[in-house]
Amino acid sequence: MTLRAASTFLYRRPAWYLALLLVPPLLWFGTVYLGSLFTLLWQSFYRIDDFTAQIVREPTLETYKLLVTQPANVDIVLRTLTMAVAVTIACALIALPIATYMARYARGRMKALFYVGVMLPMWTSYLVKVYAWRQLLAKEGIVAWAAGKLGLAGVLDAALAAPGIGGPSLSTSYLGMFLVFTYMWLPFMILPMAAALERVPGSLLQASADLGARPAQTFRNVVLPLAVPGIAAGSVFTFSLTLGDYVIPNVVGAPGYFIGMMVYVQQGTAGNIPLAAAFSVVPIVLIAVYLAIAKRFGAFDAL
Amino acid sequence: MRSSYRPDRPSLLLRVGAFAGLAFMHIPVLIIILYAFTTEERTYQFPPPGLTLKWFERAFERSDIWQSMTLSLGVAACSTVIALVLGTLAAFAMARAKFPAKDSLTLLFVLPIALPGIVTGIALLTAMKAGGIEPSFFTIVIGHATFCTVIVYNNVIARLRRLPSNWVEASMDLGADASQTFRYVLLPQVATAFLAGGMLAFALSFDEIIVTIFTAGNERTLPIWFFNELFRPRDRPVTNVVAVIVIAVTLVPILLAYYLTRPDDEHETAR
Repeated sequence: MTLRAASTFLYRRPAWYLALLLVPPLLWFGTVYLGSLFTLLWQSFYRIDDFTAQIVREPTLETYKLLVTQPANVDIVLRTLTMAVAVTIACALIALPIATYMARYARGRMKALFYVGVMLPMWTSYLVKVYAWRQLLAKEGIVAWAAGKLGLAGVLDAALAAPGIGGPSLSTSYLGMFLVFTYMWLPFMILPMAAALERVPGSLLQASADLGARPAQTFRNVVLPLAVPGIAAGSVFTFSLTLGDYVIPNVVGAPGYFIGMMVYVQQGTAGNIPLAAAFSVVPIVLIAVYLAIAKRFGAFDAL
Repeated sequence: MRSSYRPDRPSLLLRVGAFAGLAFMHIPVLIIILYAFTTEERTYQFPPPGLTLKWFERAFERSDIWQSMTLSLGVAACSTVIALVLGTLAAFAMARAKFPAKDSLTLLFVLPIALPGIVTGIALLTAMKAGGIEPSFFTIVIGHATFCTVIVYNNVIARLRRLPSNWVEASMDLGADASQTFRYVLLPQVATAFLAGGMLAFALSFDEIIVTIFTAGNERTLPIWFFNELFRPRDRPVTNVVAVIVIAVTLVPILLAYYLTRPDDEHETAR
């Protein structure tokens, strides 16, 4: 009876009901999460004293100045940004046929197979996948073996010899890292893209066909523009995930640093929390800019 | 008719692209499973020269693996319970109500997933250092519960939004009070999304590394054990065995979650 009375009371007073629901999660997110984020932001305005290696607790822009003026630091940001953009483009290209097939052509069991087939690798342990790629890309690993069998060993060697992206083996080159990133985030691109394509009304395709368009024309002029919000939504994931990752550049990768690694190293062995904090503000800013762009393409309608 | 209209069959190129893409997503995982059985222990030689089960035996004898596994299961269980409570409360609050600052709250509730994990990780670490909190089991749980809440929230709110609002009104019009409406109308609809959210949260927590490294201190969850093993590999095939175990532990909740939230696709296309 009391429960019933209480529930009726709350139904009649939506403000009370809302407050009761919102207080616990807001307390958690407000103190634990936002509290931590602001502490982080605050730390980025401190600096490390060059001689004593102690944190100087006076607000200053010195650390940010270090971030934007030292060529090595600028390189790290640019390198990470380039990788994020390249990975996003590659994911979109590979995802397009998969998403199109699963959303527009596959039916019944085949459709279920595709959805489960995309979801499973997405949720399979992140570290296990990185570890798998390390084994695949090793010098005597399966990629080199397959290239040898297919008579493509020369192509692989040429790619590895390329300046900038190459290296001694795939597992120690930017090319290998790019492959791994693309693999890891691909499902995050496929699912929103497929969701956007699912929503394209069949009548539009019918109209396009009735008006004499060939399938390829319909795809290019009707389906693709309507898939853009999905691509934008997926790209938010691929972009953001690449910017913040530090495990993949650590495990598979060339000597150059990435933002995530820099944060990790600076807070750890280097003990420079202010610089680590300033570096972690970079992806936040980049993502905010990216979200603003993605919003213009309707990314949030497709999430 | 509406959604089943097909202007043409898929072109060969599209089909090849789709199936090749799907294969690309699965081959690495299959390879890792194969490597758990290889007799070659020093290199990643392919194809493996022989197959054996001895690495499973070796892995089961290792107490460090068991300790890390127990820790990870405990962390995942605690984080999931907290996430289920907080995520469901937030979803019920945000689903229908209109109030000022709602957009900011929506952003707040997805922020831990939208921002890279490293930001969450280093933020929690700096806050812990500033507050003099030592890393422990509880700090790991606090980090995990935060992003797990987002997963539960997303699952439950998606279901609540799909629920026609006039169901609640109809129930009330037919004389049910608020608690009856909740029990007989809302709860059965939301239960599967709630369970699915919990499953995904559990799987996510069990596997998390990016945030955990910052909040764990000297505690070694299974992903941290795995991460360390990547850099100084002893018994490489044992690592592969652990990989297979991790895949199996996360696979079950994920498949269950999928079947619980599967869209009624068959009915839609049959029309």
